[in-house]
Amino acid sequence: MKRIQTVKTRDLKESAKTGGCGECQTSCQSACKTSCGVANQQCEKCMEQK
Amino acid sequence: MVHQYKLNGYNIVLDVFSGAVHAVDEVAFDAIAMFETHTPTEIKAALLKKYGDRPDVTEADLDEMLSDIAELVSDGKLFTEDVYENKAFDFKNRHTELKALCLHVAHTCNLNCEYCFAAQGKYHGERALMSFETGKRALDFLVEHSGKRKNLEVDFFGGEPLMNFAVIKQLVAYARSIEKEKGKNFRFTLTTNGVLLDDEVTEFANRECHNVVLSLDGRKEVHDRLRKTVNGQGSYDVIVPKFQEFVKKRGDKGYYVRGTFTKNNIDFTNDIFHMADLGFTELSMEPVVCAPDAPYALSEADLPVLYEQYEILAKDMLCRKKEGHPITFYHYMLDLTGGPCIYKRISGCGSGTEYLAVTPWGDLYPCHQFVGDEKYKMGNIYDGITNIDLQQEFKCCNAYARPECKDCWAKLYCSGGCAANAYHATGSITGVYKYGCELFKKRIECAVMMQVAESLEAENE
Repeated sequence: MKRIQTVKTRDLKESAKTGGCGECQTSCQSACKTSCGVANQQCEKCMEQK
Repeated sequence: MVHQYKLNGYNIVLDVFSGAVHAVDEVAFDAIAMFETHTPTEIKAALLKKYGDRPDVTEADLDEMLSDIAELVSDGKLFTEDVYENKAFDFKNRHTELKALCLHVAHTCNLNCEYCFAAQGKYHGERALMSFETGKRALDFLVEHSGKRKNLEVDFFGGEPLMNFAVIKQLVAYARSIEKEKGKNFRFTLTTNGVLLDDEVTEFANRECHNVVLSLDGRKEVHDRLRKTVNGQGSYDVIVPKFQEFVKKRGDKGYYVRGTFTKNNIDFTNDIFHMADLGFTELSMEPVVCAPDAPYALSEADLPVLYEQYEILAKDMLCRKKEGHPITFYHYMLDLTGGPCIYKRISGCGSGTEYLAVTPWGDLYPCHQFVGDEKYKMGNIYDGITNIDLQQEFKCCNAYARPECKDCWAKLYCSGGCAANAYHATGSITGVYKYGCELFKKRIECAVMMQVAESLEAENE
């Protein structure tokens, strides 16, 4: 596409099919301690696949 | 829902419900802004009027662009519908096995930091140290309530947890002795102010702790202003050499140097850069959480400066990475391909359900920020959760729990925000801490911009 570049992302709708294992880190525990940074978390399954 | 913004020369379009991110030129940026409310003819007319003197903007070209936009819509990457709100997940009945504990091993501290949300480690109660027996029972409680979850997180927190180092060592040894038999993997985090950091702690933490959080506010004058010893002296000179030595020996294991910024240092990027100058690369810097009338409280008037600071930081980090000496900033960590699934994004941080804080006496609270507030006592490690209504309240506290978040583009990044922040700002865990929202949105915009910048650069190479 000439005017639009799409960055590679995880499709959230698709993640509804495979997600929800609950193995990822609870949110702020290991870093900020005072705000909810869910977006900053890693998916445990994705990390294993990498 | 889409969110469009311009930052650092990039025109960025986020598609909220698919998570797609697009970098577009200004013509497409305007077209997308009009796409849902105007006809193709109206869009083309408006764009020709605005950009018609440019040779690359012709009617045929605009037709092609509109067809590209329509393709993204049909591919589920633009203007994606919210399919989660109505059908998604039954939050009341979702399985919420416990997977993390914040162990308050020491409700006492060897520093006397003015802004401490834990009231100098005492959480508005008595000074206390957790006994090994209490800690052991807490670890057993965690295992018993963790269902099939393999990775269990335990955070040694305080106060200053190293004031109870002997018990920490015993608890880690106990956890390691049961993890194989129980089929679990414990990940320990230690949060420390560094005063008691020595060779033994370093060797222990580097062997046993998945992550270590080192509290440092940045420049000496900033750090010493609020992080004082009980005698009123600044603690910077005591801890910085210890942190440097510690990190040198840490290898590639996780750590954060974590600071708090206040009204006193709204130019907090200078503190982050100072941390980098000291040789630290894994950094976190948080806005202070305190009563609005505290002398160091941040206010609405500070927001424009803070926005600018976050932009300065993002741009600087891109340069540092290019130059081969990158730093990590916790809030800019964004893995667009390997980030959290939609379940996690909706359900949020897990406080009160998957994550609990344990006091030195074994009482349970939804998270460390609620400890000491009797209303939020959930039970204890012997009898389990006894305040079921409170647990239900936390179970239902998610990205869709707040009417104010309904039209917010950031809700699947923050999951509705921090329950403790909401409670302290509004009196309800399902309230909205608007100030925090504004900062959060700015940080996500910056973090996404950095991903766009790196992605486009990689593509163009």
